[in-house]
This record gives sequence, C-alpha cells and structure tokens, in this order.
Amino acid sequence: MPGMLDVTRETGWVGRAIERVEDAALLSGGGRYLDDLGVRPGTLHMAILRAPHAHADIRAIDTAAARAVAGVVAVLTGADVARLTAPLVVGVKAPVECWPMAVDRVRYVGEPVALVVAQDRYLAEDALDLIEVSYETRPAVVDPLDALAEGAPLLHDGFPRNLASDRRFRYGDPEQAFAQADRTVSISVSYPRNSCTPIETYGLVAEYDPHEDAYDVLANFQGPFSIHAVISRALKVPGNRLRLRTPRDSGGSFGVKQGIFPYIVLGAVAARATGHPVKWIEDRLEHLMASVSATNRATTLRAAVTADGRVTALDYDQVEDCGAHLRAPEPATLYRMHGNLTGAYAIANVAVRNRVVVTNKCPTGLNRGFGGPQVYFALERLMQRIAIELGLDPLEVIRRNLIPADAFPYRTAPGALLDSGNYQATLAKGVAEGGLAALRARRDAARAEGRLYGIGFAAVVEPSVSNMGYIATVLTPAERRKAGPKNGAQATATVAIDPVGAVSVHVASVPQGQGHRTVLAQVVADVLGLTPRDIRVNAEMDTAKDAWSIASGNYSSRFAAAVAGAAKIAADRIAQRLARIAAAQLNVPVEEVVFEGGKLRARSNAANALAFSRVAALSHWSPAQLPEGTAPTIRETAFWTPPELTAADEADHINSSLCHGFIFDYCGIEIDRDTAEIRIDRYVTAHDCGTILHPGMVDGQIRGGFAHALGAALLEEFAYGPDGSFLTGTLADYLVPTAMEVPEPVILHTETPSPFTPLGAKGVGEGNCMSTPACLANAVADALGVADLRLPLSPSSLAPLIHGAEPAAPAGIAAPTPAPSGGKGERLMRGEGKAHVRAAPEAIWAMLLDPDTLAAIIPGAHGVSRVSDTAFRADVTLGIGPVKGRYKAEVSLSDLEPPRAVTLRGRVEGNLGFGGGSGAITLTPDDTGGTHLAYRYEAFVGGKVASVGGRLLDGAAKVIIGQFFAALARKAAGGSAPAPSLLSRILAPLTSLFRRRAP
Amino acid sequence: MKPAPFDYVRADSLPEALAVLKAEGSDARILAGGMSFMAMLNMRLARPKVLVDIMRLEALATIELRKGEVVVGAGVRQARLLAWEGLTGHLPLIAKALPFTGHAQTRSRGTVCGSIAHADPSAELPLCLMALGGQVHLASAAGRRKVPAEAFITGMMATAKADDEMIEAVSFPVVQGEGTAFREIARRHGDFAIVACGARVSARGIRLTVGGVADMPVARDLPPLEGTALDDALNALAFELDARDDVHASARYRRELVRRIGRATIEEARRCRA
Amino acid sequence: MPRLSADQRHEVRFTLNGHPVCGRAGPRLLLSDFLRHEIGATGTHVGCEHGVCGACTVQVDGMLTRACLTLAVQVEGASVRTVEGLAPEPDRLSALQAAFRRNHALQCGFCSAGILMSLDAFLKAHPEPDEAEIRDLLSGHLCRCTGYTPIVRAALEAAAEIQNSQRELTQGETAHA
Repeated sequence: MPGMLDVTRETGWVGRAIERVEDAALLSGGGRYLDDLGVRPGTLHMAILRAPHAHADIRAIDTAAARAVAGVVAVLTGADVARLTAPLVVGVKAPVECWPMAVDRVRYVGEPVALVVAQDRYLAEDALDLIEVSYETRPAVVDPLDALAEGAPLLHDGFPRNLASDRRFRYGDPEQAFAQADRTVSISVSYPRNSCTPIETYGLVAEYDPHEDAYDVLANFQGPFSIHAVISRALKVPGNRLRLRTPRDSGGSFGVKQGIFPYIVLGAVAARATGHPVKWIEDRLEHLMASVSATNRATTLRAAVTADGRVTALDYDQVEDCGAHLRAPEPATLYRMHGNLTGAYAIANVAVRNRVVVTNKCPTGLNRGFGGPQVYFALERLMQRIAIELGLDPLEVIRRNLIPADAFPYRTAPGALLDSGNYQATLAKGVAEGGLAALRARRDAARAEGRLYGIGFAAVVEPSVSNMGYIATVLTPAERRKAGPKNGAQATATVAIDPVGAVSVHVASVPQGQGHRTVLAQVVADVLGLTPRDIRVNAEMDTAKDAWSIASGNYSSRFAAAVAGAAKIAADRIAQRLARIAAAQLNVPVEEVVFEGGKLRARSNAANALAFSRVAALSHWSPAQLPEGTAPTIRETAFWTPPELTAADEADHINSSLCHGFIFDYCGIEIDRDTAEIRIDRYVTAHDCGTILHPGMVDGQIRGGFAHALGAALLEEFAYGPDGSFLTGTLADYLVPTAMEVPEPVILHTETPSPFTPLGAKGVGEGNCMSTPACLANAVADALGVADLRLPLSPSSLAPLIHGAEPAAPAGIAAPTPAPSGGKGERLMRGEGKAHVRAAPEAIWAMLLDPDTLAAIIPGAHGVSRVSDTAFRADVTLGIGPVKGRYKAEVSLSDLEPPRAVTLRGRVEGNLGFGGGSGAITLTPDDTGGTHLAYRYEAFVGGKVASVGGRLLDGAAKVIIGQFFAALARKAAGGSAPAPSLLSRILAPLTSLFRRRAP
Repeated sequence: MKPAPFDYVRADSLPEALAVLKAEGSDARILAGGMSFMAMLNMRLARPKVLVDIMRLEALATIELRKGEVVVGAGVRQARLLAWEGLTGHLPLIAKALPFTGHAQTRSRGTVCGSIAHADPSAELPLCLMALGGQVHLASAAGRRKVPAEAFITGMMATAKADDEMIEAVSFPVVQGEGTAFREIARRHGDFAIVACGARVSARGIRLTVGGVADMPVARDLPPLEGTALDDALNALAFELDARDDVHASARYRRELVRRIGRATIEEARRCRA
Repeated sequence: MPRLSADQRHEVRFTLNGHPVCGRAGPRLLLSDFLRHEIGATGTHVGCEHGVCGACTVQVDGMLTRACLTLAVQVEGASVRTVEGLAPEPDRLSALQAAFRRNHALQCGFCSAGILMSLDAFLKAHPEPDEAEIRDLLSGHLCRCTGYTPIVRAALEAAAEIQNSQRELTQGETAHA
C-alpha cells in the first residue's frame, strides 16, 4: 500500500510500551492455562511409568495388580501403544524406529514404559506402583565422543557406531586459507545439557471419536505445526482427523513445549483405548528427567588467522548429542545455525564436519537459543583465544573481523543472507554508553588489590524466522532432490470485522507469555485508525478451524518479524477496501482517505468523515452498496512467506533464517578467592533487533533470555552419572537462577530495520541465550588466565584453578580416593567395617548357609523364597528416616571358603529405584572363642532415589551399616547369641545394600 | 507426583498424638510444618499409614526462657523464632543462621523441631543444636527423656528418636560473653549448604561446627589457636570429615571451604567478641 | 481427636478470600489440587509439587504457605487468601497488581500468583523495603520469563505507592480530626 495507510511512530501505537491486554487476568487468577480449563464429564487421568535404567531390555511387564486397583480403567504398555500407532518420524534416513513408549528396550532414564488411566491422578499413581517390570540392563553410554568410540554400547542397530548422520561441508577454499595462515588457533569445548524448564509443565486432554475415527487434542503445544503431521501419521489418521487445539494462556515454553508431541500420541491412544477423554499433566520430576533437553555438543573449532588477528577461515568439527532417539525436528538444533557459522564476522572460507550421535539420555528438541549457544560458545571463546595467542585486545580482534556496515545484505560463506545491520555502530554505542572505559578502570583497580577480576566480550548474530528448509541440509543434495523441496516460513493472520464494525484478529501462533495479543492490537489499531482497546485478538490455535501451515506456532523468534507482519498485511488489505468504500461515500479519491480516531475522513477536510464502524459494517448489512469490484471486508486472511528463504542449493548453501539481529555484550565479573563464587559486577548488552514494536516486551525478552543464559553459564545442568543415571531430578538439584543470582543488565538499542519483514522487525527472543554464556566464560577466563572452561562455571570446578594443589592430609588420615566405577559405569559407593562377635566362626558359618532363617532376620522382609542352596529371593521394605520403599531382592552367596570367608551379592529393584552390590565378609577366630568379622562392600544405586536424593545416598548407607554394628555390639555384649539373630547381623551388611536406595 | 494414601489425625492433645505413635509405631509420622516431609510424601519416598498433625496443640507452640535455656516447642515455626525478640540477645548464633534456612515462604510454615527431627546434614538448625550443645526433649506414651544433641543425631537423617517418640521441644543453652558467627556457601541463596560453619569463640577456645560435609553436623572444640596452628587444625578437620562428591560440589571443594570458610567464620566470631 | 480415614472424602470448611467455603477432600489431597479442582480457584498454580518453585504460594492464616506442601485437611477452619482475593474490585487492580502490569513484571504469568501472594504479605509487614530485602523474598520463587528485575521494580514502586496512599489517608484523618 502507498503511504496513505502508514502511521508515523510519533502518533501510532506501534513502538510504545503500552500496558498489556493480557495482564489484568493473569494478575488476578483469571488465566486460562491448560489445567484451568474444565473437562468433559467422564474424563480420566493418565499417569506414566518410566524407566529407572538408562539402557535395558524389558523382559516382562506384569500389569495385573495395577489393573485390579479400583478406579483404574486401563493399563497400556509399549506393545499396546505400538498396536494402535505407527512409529514417530525420524529426522534422518535410517532403519530405526522411534516410539513414544518403549517397546522391548529402554534407552534413557525416564523413558515411558507403561501408562495407567484412572478416575483421578492419585489413583493412577497408586496403580503405577503396582506395575512390575523385569529389566535386563545393558551398558550405557552418556558422552557423545565416547558413543563414537569403538566398542561403545550401541543404542540402535540402524545407527552404526551410534552415528545418525555424518556430513562434511566446504565453503570457499578453507584448505588454502589454513595453508597460508600466519597462525592457527583452535579450541575444544563441550557445551552441557540444560533446558529452559517453563514453570508450567506439559499438559493435554485427548479425545477419540470412534464413529469418525478422529482425534481431538487440547495441549499446551507451541508448534511448529509441522509436528501436526508427525502426530497424525503416528496415530494413523489423515491430518483432518487430528484436531489439535491450544489454550489461550501458556505458562512459558521457550521451545520446550514442542517436545510434548510424543505424549500427545500417548494421550490420544489412551483415549482411544478407554473410550473416554484422557487428561495428563506432566509433573516436575517427569519434566526434568524426560520432557526434552537442549543438545549437548562437543566442538573442536580451528581458525586460520593473520598476524593482525583477521580470521580467514574456520574449521568446525561438531558432534551433536541428540539423546536416545532422533525425534522430529532433530537434528535441527545442529542445522539451525548452519548459515550463521561465521557469526558476526566476514570469513569467506569455512569447513564443517557435522556428526549427530545418540546416547542414553533424554531426547532433545527445541530450546531457547536452539543451536546458537552451542555455536557461539565455541566461536566467541575462540575469538578470545585468538586475541590472547596473538597478544591483541579481544575487543580489537572482534572489531577487525566484523562484517562491514556497507556490506548488507551480506551473504555468509555457508549461505545466510544477513538482512541488515551496522555492527560497528551497535558496538560503538555499547562501548560508549555501557561504560567500558570505567569497567576497565575497575578491573585495573581490582587487580591492583590482588582481586580476581575479568572482562569478557561476545559479538553474535541472532537469527530469527527459520527457513523450514534448513533442516534438509542434513541430507545430501541427492537425498534432498529425492525428498522434495522444503523452504519458506509461512506466517498466517486473519483480521475480521463483525456486523457492528468490531475488529478481531487471529494468528496462527501460540504465545507463551510474550504478549502477542497486545502487539497485534497495536499493529492493527495503527492500520485502522483505532485504539488497541478496540481490537480483540485471539491467539488460540485450532487446526480444525483456523488458517495455518507447517510453520505456524511460536518458535525461532518469528512473532514480531513474521506473524505481526502477516497481521499488518491482512489489516492493510481490509483497510484498502474500507478506504475504497469510504471514498465513494465521502466523494474523495481513495488516496485522500485517512484512518484516524475511529473515523475514515478526507485528508483535507476533517469534517468530511464517517465512523469506522459504519464503513466497516457495510459488508454485512448492505453488500449491494459496496463499490464495484470491492471485495467484502468481513474477513481477510494473509499468508506471508519471505522469498529470501529458498531451499539449500547443490553446494549446500542455506539461508537458514530470514532475519539477523546483532548483539554486542560485555561484562565485568569478580571471583572470590576463597569460595570461587562469581559475582557479576556489570553486564552490558547492546542489541539491534530492527524496528522495535514494543520496547517493554523487547527488553522483557532480553532480560528473560539473559536470565536463562546466566543459568546455563553458572548453574544449570542436566547431570548424568556414567551409567546414565539421572542426577538432577528436582528443582533443588537442577538449579534455576533466582532473584538473588540475576543482576540487572544494562540494555542498549540501535535499530536498523529489516528490509525483508513487513514491519522492519527482527526476532529478539533468543539472542542473549547465544551471547551471554560465552561472554561470562570469557570474563572468567580473563579473570583466571585460563584457556579451558566448562559450563556451568561452578565454584567447585573453578576453585582448583585458584587454589592450586591441595594441602596434604595430616599424618594418620588416609588421603581420599575418588569414587570408582562399576562394569556398567555405575558410580560405586564403597565402605568397610569390622566387629567382634562372641561366637565361633563355625557357628556363624552354619547359619549363613541356612537361607530359611532369612525371612526372620532381614528387616522388613516378606515372603522369602529359596532359589537354590545359596540363592534366594525376597520382598523387602527398606528405608531410612521417613523414606521407605518396597523392593524385590535377589541374593546369592558365593566364593565360599567355610568357615572363613563368603561374598554376598545382591540386587534389588523397586518403585523407588534399583541397586546392587557385593559384600565380602571374612570371619577370623580370636583366642577367646569369638570371631572378628570384617566386611568390605561396593554398592550402586539408580532410579528415582538417585534422581531426587543423590546428595544423601552415601550418608544413608553409612547410617544403616552403623546401626547394624551398634546392634551387633549390643547383642554380643549381652552374651546371648541365638543363632538366627546372629545370622541376621552377619547378613545385615547385605541388607544395608538394599537400603542404600533410600536418601 | 501425588502422595500414597494415609489416614490423618488432627491431634487435640499431646497424649492423643503419643497414643497414635504407640499404636502405629513406624507407620505413623508426625506432621508439623511439613516443608521437607510433604515433598517426600509427594514423591512417594515416604509412605506412612497415618499422619499425626500436631500444629493445633497450642501447648507446643511456645518459646520459653528457663534456667539459662531457651526451650522451643514442637509447634514453633521458624519464622516465629526468627521474629522472637529475645533471639539476638540469647541465641545470637541462631539469629545469624536461621535466615539461611530455606526461604521466607518455607520458614513461615516449617518448624524448628521439625528441621531437627529431619536431621539433614546440610541444615542450619541441626548445626546450631550441635554447636550450642542443646538438648532434644522426646516424649512418648511411656514418658519423657532428654537427649543431648551429639547423641540425638546419629547420621544422615537418622536420630536417636524411637518410632513411638516425638520431639516435644528442643532447648538451646544461653551462653554469654562469646563471639559467634555463621557462614554458609550454597549454589544459590536458600539451597542446601555445600558447607556451613558456625563458630563460637570465648576466652577458653573455639567451638567450630561444620555442616554439609559429613553425614551430620560435626562440632570441634579447639584451643585458642592462631596462624598456621589454626590452619593445621582446620586442615585436619577438613580431611577427617570425609567429604563426598555430588553434582554440586566436589569433596575437594568442600575441604577447601572447611579450611577457608572455617577460618573466616572463626575470625568473624573473634571480631564479634571484641 | 478426629481420625480421617484414607479411603474417604471428608468435609473441609474454611474461608477463602473472606468468604466461607466448603469442599470435600481425602486426607492425601494437596491443598493446591483442592483449591484448583474442588473449589475451582484456579489462580493458584502448580509448578513443581516439591516446594521449590513457589508458584502455588498462598496465605493461610496470614502465613505464606506452599499449597503443594500442605494437605487440604490442614486448612480446616483456616482463613486462606489467594490471588483471586487481591483486586479490590473485579475491574480494578490493587496497587501491587497495577505496578506489575506497569512494569511488565510478568510474561507468561504462571509464577505471578505465588509471587504476588508473597509480596502482598511481605509489604504489609515491611512497608518500606529495600531492593535487597525484596530480592531475598523473591528467592523463594522461580520465574523463567522476566529475569526478575521488573518484578523487583514493581514491588518497590508498589511499596512506595501504598506508603503514600496511607500517608495521605492518615493526613486526611488528621485533618478531619
């Protein structure tokens, strides 16, 4: 449209930080999140049994007891689910199957193994306790580089050496650039596992209509709606028989709620199997252990550099860890940044090797930053290393490599078309207004006092509005030709006018708290000369009724750039028609019509005006009066996709995203010499995200991304034991930053509008997740003068860098040894002890070989059964303090050397987890007819107690053993040592192994 | 993540509560503030058959100063002790340590005695009990007994309390003329301590109590050491505590903090005394 | 000494935001589930069910309370206050709520109910807080959207505003006297 409909920023609503229309309800308990909405009468509730093992074959599942619980309607296993579904689509071409519930084999702790549908959630969980699963454990592999090693445990036969994809790319002439380089600088980093963990967990309500073979699912899914096709395919119905809806409000997502889709399949199957609507709310333990995670990545990055710090080539070797299954849209995390591997720098030559591996960890998916943190942690740490190795100022190295301001739109070597920017200007503003000179002075002063103070920098390009075709870069050009073209980023918006002229807007997006409804009201109000209050925005999604496409949803920071732009286009089209209607009635040329103050008026004569509602209602009440050739103004849906987002070419160039913001960050941090705690003294973040639609929301995105990044840099990690046990299963162990840890960043803006988006806006939601971890790590490296850093930067890991060698243990105290690992990688707890018993070894030995007495002597034992002379099974209830669990125990005696020595081996499994170990007992006669009893044990624990109580396990073991020997000493002192009770004490070290599951 | 089923008894008197404990033994649990215990119920780590809610017993909700001791009843919530006007004067160590216990939102409900009954090795109140040499007043249907702190806590979440007993009160001796200090290092404010140190310094010597390292808070009485002698004593203590590795901190880091924070806490207590 | 048996639902009477209400709950029903699904007060949210995230924080007899760590049967006879009770009128926000809206102190809003209940109680007891005190209080809540800074600002602004309006009220009364 010509300038006629443009609204200047001074008078318009766009660009102003108006109060959000969403907030009054959200602040008053009036939110409509998934779990706030009512359900149909007869709705049942689902709970999910999850694998305690990282890698195991399922030998048998006994659901009889669970089915017998009053109120339980159905219990489904992986086999039941598989009967009603097809496997989930896998992101690469390989003969592997991915099911939403384990079939035959579990591959990560938390993988669904069975589900219960019952009248309420409490009953469903009661039934979960009664499902008995028999596992045969396998060795697990947790580290991506270990997974590639010869002889590593294999997760899927279809992924030889656990390798799901191995591609090499070459842009420019990297070999020549490295050959001619003055220096080569390299860095090896490993980016850890973490997740943005929204405070609202996954939730869904699923229904199945057998009469039409159709599913209706309400879920707090966030998109992309390309996943809709994945779900309908898994449910074996065409897309028009899967109605997927989202509630008005979402309690945060940050990408994470893309990962609900396997559970949508499970909920839908449960609804079908029971004939009832089924509701599921994920709990926090489930969320942390098994919802979704960002990828961890091992990267070696080399740079060819000139003596003055110019980077002439990069060579990436990235090993991406997608966890146990390659779920859609993975390996997208690896390819989202493909066009942006050169970051903010003009680097013409790039070599890349991208490998995707599977390991025994939670499958990965969308997460704020999505590939950016992984790439920039390597690239920006490398830029600092280049400066240090060349003896240059790190900021100067950044400056010398930035893309020149007059080079936009700029095509990067791997193919991204950077839309606009003036990186030098943003950087200069950051330096000047952020107070870098003062910060350097603070560092000098601190260092003069002997304090550990460092400054770090990071400069990153923040891509937004993903090209739906970038993921196809994982395929070879030949495979791509076969698969058919994929590209674009369809955005959809509808503007509608009702019979009294009231305006509604609908977008195919799924806001997760960003304030879409407010911004859309601003955008459309400006076009129509109304106020935001006049516009009602609906951002709920309903695939059965709404206009949508595969790119619909809210991810890759696409709202401001794409979705709001589509709304502008739809509003413009309606406004164009309204102007034509008004022009006829006002007797002015259409160019003369102005939208202002709820009126359409003649530009030159304010009195010549019509009420907006009157013009707007005409299409309803009197369509015959519409000027000839003017379409009605009742409803307009705009689809917008940028032409710049083309498919990958034959040389693998890919414009992976449409918009590219720029961020220049720096910070000053101080590290406490005693505790190694990091204090952020000042953090400056200078942004250029194009045209700013709502300053309050833009700063909100920056602050929120900064807090997520700070968590990733300093606190958060999904920690796994070497055996794949999950160690951070609560929010007391997965450490989300609080108000005490997050300082206020100094936020600065420059605005270079994007020429490729309708409003000039670019995404801003993810940038600090990309820049801040590298920036903080660079500051820590500067403070400590070290090269290798691993995230999160915990005081415990930094302390040895400050404190050097540890003082020796004083004489008489054994130097501590690190905990060893077992055959399957378990972390072993070790201990030993001794006691004196007033009975001869022969008497003790005789009792040891009499398993029948065990029932009486193992605490909490019920139903001991004898398997052989030296082996038995028992049900035991064990615990410490208030913690108690029921376990099935298998115990055997071996290495028998009567009456001197015996080894007890045991293994227990129960709903709190599993454990096992061995205890070697030796009996030595003394010269008074008694026995010196000594024992050594090794034990391991996994499952729920390891996830939620790992902090307490070792101590719990010691307590129980201590109690045993206290009792033994008491009894022995009492002089009476009846055979069974004596035996019980001898066997107690074994029972303590069972108890070690309890924190 | 919902609790397994249990009966619920709202006790109207102490004998009633004790009668339930006598009848049900280890199947019964006292419910006071519930800040740790309820989380265990929700995770189904604990499965009592009956909960006995004692928070309606007004007789237990008292803070009394008697015979040189502050006696805190089982119904006293942490926030109330923190707000008690006598706290800073009589129990300065607790006044310094209690703000580190959880958050305002848990101190408002959590009780002083409940935290001690829970005997978490990283918790501040068991540390204070040990540091001050307090006593735990246990009651059962059979009678009452008092157990000194060092005999009460027997290990990780393990105490000398029998299944039919409950904590009726804890008492902390009032000590004058000392300097006290408390320091705690945790990953985040309000988290379980990686290392917590409470120091009492008098003319006779130093009593340093360390939490978060061993299976229980450990108190160590030292002569009035200075300089490297104090360093050596702290180094010995650091190794003797047999620190553990976990996802938040290595054993070595814990030992380092015992040496460094232990010393800083003692020095702060000395300044406080002067 | 009432003993409520595990397999039955029992009547629980209490006041919610000043109004007497009654619902039925088994002994193990959490207060969070009871408020949301039995009483229908869905403004209190559930984020972790182990007392860390703070989303479910309500006031019980004036005490800040994690509803997920509280049994429904424990509030028998108590006075419970939730986010639904904060606004003075259905169409008017309290000073604290309005400060949140003004400062963009929420995005998804899921954690806000608990934070508001904490601040509401805290500002009554500490009418002139400083930033450090506010941050210390807020450390009992997790927010993933805002980075906390706007929440701190909103709380300080609301505190000042409440103080001012009370001062004016006092001065008005003095003038009348």
